[in-house]
Amino acid sequence: MSTEVIIAGLYVFALAAFLGYQVISRVPPLLHTPLMSATNAISGISLVGSLVTAGAHYNTISTWLGFIAVTASTINVVGGFMITDRMLRMFKRQPATKTDKKDSTEEHERA
Amino acid sequence: MGLLIELTYLAASILFILGLKGLSHPETARRGMIYAEVGMFLAIVGTLVHKDIISYEWIIAGLIIGSIIGGAISIWVPMTAMPQRTALSHAFGALAASLVGVSEYYRHGADVGTFKMTALSLEVLLGGITVTGSLMAFIKLQDWIRGTPITYRGQNIFNMALLAATVGMFGYLIYDPSAHSLFYAMAGLAFVFGVLLVLPIGAADMPVVMSLMNSYAGLAAAATGFAISNNVLIIAGTLDGFSGFILSILMCRAMNRSITNVLFGAFGAEVEASTAGALGSMREVKAEDVAVQLAYASQVIFVPGYGMATAQAQHAVRELANILEARGVTVKYAIHPVAGRMPGHMNVLLAEANVPYSSLYDLEQINAEFPATDVAVVIGANDVVNPDARDNPKSPIAGMPILEVDKARWVVVLKRGKGKGFAGIENPLFFKPNCGMLYGDAKASLIKLADAVQHA
Repeated sequence: MSTEVIIAGLYVFALAAFLGYQVISRVPPLLHTPLMSATNAISGISLVGSLVTAGAHYNTISTWLGFIAVTASTINVVGGFMITDRMLRMFKRQPATKTDKKDSTEEHERA
Repeated sequence: MGLLIELTYLAASILFILGLKGLSHPETARRGMIYAEVGMFLAIVGTLVHKDIISYEWIIAGLIIGSIIGGAISIWVPMTAMPQRTALSHAFGALAASLVGVSEYYRHGADVGTFKMTALSLEVLLGGITVTGSLMAFIKLQDWIRGTPITYRGQNIFNMALLAATVGMFGYLIYDPSAHSLFYAMAGLAFVFGVLLVLPIGAADMPVVMSLMNSYAGLAAAATGFAISNNVLIIAGTLDGFSGFILSILMCRAMNRSITNVLFGAFGAEVEASTAGALGSMREVKAEDVAVQLAYASQVIFVPGYGMATAQAQHAVRELANILEARGVTVKYAIHPVAGRMPGHMNVLLAEANVPYSSLYDLEQINAEFPATDVAVVIGANDVVNPDARDNPKSPIAGMPILEVDKARWVVVLKRGKGKGFAGIENPLFFKPNCGMLYGDAKASLIKLADAVQHA
């Protein structure tokens, strides 16, 4: 591996770390569980490494390890995104049925 | 072709970051996740045309099996079991990373070079620890083994020695990548160390363990990225790793403890007689009396803890709150950062029960409100409302920020029995004159309360 590749990788790592810190510090505690499942789904991107290992026929053991790795990361990608969405769907500012009533009382108070 | 793949990876990286940015607000969160999903799809499709891939049967089999398992889990897992699911997913992610690492080493052996060897070893080390550590956490969360810390004499010294041996092997492998058996021994020890690391950690400290495992799983993925020179893996893994790291720090701060103390302190293992004996007596109250207080209150704050999750009581809380709100009572919810078994656990459960997030309040927001509150209802929470943390510098939890429910006019504690909290620490709140205990299953008690309030 050439020095340039290594250094470029380290740059990417350092910049991603700073950016990650900035972005993730802004996530409110309200959404910490969805954050965990979302980052988990995203890091399931290791699937791309597993795909090559499973499909390249380097040798039998690699293929098998790759197959298990593809399965495991797919569980995380598919499951992670689905469950994150399932959770996020539940977060509502106000219950739908009560919105009108509450809005009208607020108007009364203002008036 | 190579350029095309790299471009899909670049697009995926950008979309992932936009996706996480969306999570800064519940209104934008779902859209953000769609960005991330598109990014993931692009990266996977891009990879499928990789020149090394010559056959697709194992890939397709893995994708199908994985989708079925992942989809099934996420459709059927109850929200109360979210910590267990998350622990399992950390294990799966780390397993994938360590297997790719082992495969890469098996294929290249001694030819890998110093840098790649470092990355591979880190990947397998972090991955191995995370796989078994997360599985241990899963087993504890699932109550297959007791949640209290499991300790034995010389545990920390033994663990340290094992860790030192593993790190020693790591160092030697970088010096001499051709030591094959050492590599596999190191991988094996990493798996063993994961078990031993989580064994002495109590269930109440799980929010920290979950966050740490999240961090390790991410860093293992980032190490994979270094090992196979793949930037999108480095970026996604780093984001995941840092997210977990930030959460660990937040959780530790919310308990006023250091990560070292959480990992090696075996917190809650023995009952410490730190509170002076003469506390007085606890006062048991009847649901009917509590109902009257609730019915004629102007503000009520609910304080949920892990007990609400075990009793599956979130819907019952919401029912009671609905009845109170219909009577004109202001209802709020106070959420401690470490209430429950993972970060944000209580928020998700209450959201499931249709509680609007505008009535969920953090520690800092709500504490000023307790003096103006008529009734604080503590549902299966203990240590997070223990006034000893604030008043008694000798308490094992001294300095931990708490929800100051004792400042409310009345406190009602819904509790299964008279036993102490998880950490085995006496809670003086229960003995205060403005505190009443309502024993029994939290869900049953809440239903009884709701019924009684309607007749009040």
